[in-house]
Amino acid sequence: MIPLSWYMALAAILFSIGVYGFLTRRNIIIMFLSAELMLNGVNLNLVAMSYYLESMRGQVFTFFIITVAAAEAAIGLGIAICLYRNRRTVYVDEVNQLKG
Amino acid sequence: MHAIICQTSANPSLFSAEGFVGLIFLLTIGLIITGALVATCARRLVRSIAGLALCFTGVAGIYYFLLAPFVAMMQMLIYVGAVSILIAFAIMMATPEEGDLPSRRISALAGPLGFATGSLIFAALALLGTRTNWQVFPREGSADMKHIGTILLTGHSLVFELISIVLLIAIIGALVLARRGRN
Repeated sequence: MIPLSWYMALAAILFSIGVYGFLTRRNIIIMFLSAELMLNGVNLNLVAMSYYLESMRGQVFTFFIITVAAAEAAIGLGIAICLYRNRRTVYVDEVNQLKG
Repeated sequence: MHAIICQTSANPSLFSAEGFVGLIFLLTIGLIITGALVATCARRLVRSIAGLALCFTGVAGIYYFLLAPFVAMMQMLIYVGAVSILIAFAIMMATPEEGDLPSRRISALAGPLGFATGSLIFAALALLGTRTNWQVFPREGSADMKHIGTILLTGHSLVFELISIVLLIAIIGALVLARRGRN
């Protein structure tokens, strides 16, 4: 039997790698990808909790998160493509028209 | 089931069934962490996508360990099959033709600061997870797909319907965004 703390540590590692990627990369698509990694960490934690605490609510919430993540990916990547079409860049530090 | 939350088996042999399962578990963990690191640190965007798909597949494997095969199937279908491919398409459509760029950062401090933030968050989450005394809920029904469907369509039916509307709006919005500006 694998202890719960292993799963929680794995989820925390996944979440932290996502935070690291989100903070250090400037490509908007890679930032999306890091956000997906963070969401996966959260999902992993929810399913582990659902298994160890013997409640199915965690799995149900995981479905909600997966659905919202899919919607977010569709919209976000549509925005990224729009951005590239208008500004010819996908790097967030080059999108600085509103900068004073 | 109630008392085995923090119980580890006493050193099973590698060639027993339990040891083999443990080996597969460790390999899956390695797959997840390697995939996530490749996804965030690779210079070439295509390698990031490959790492992401690897990581998602590993997470699906962990779901099997947690006796959630339906969630694992959804993970494979939606994350590996849809989201990874969607990001791959976005990279193909929206990447400047400059070849592989060096690491683009705002300043030299971004890497260490990002690493420090990630480490801090990891330490805080790990501490929180191990220190808390998690309470076991009373068991509610069996752990099969039928029960998941019952929960989805009774207690959480409003969320279920709202999420379908969110998905519909997202699909229409993505279509509108991608169509506009095309001549």
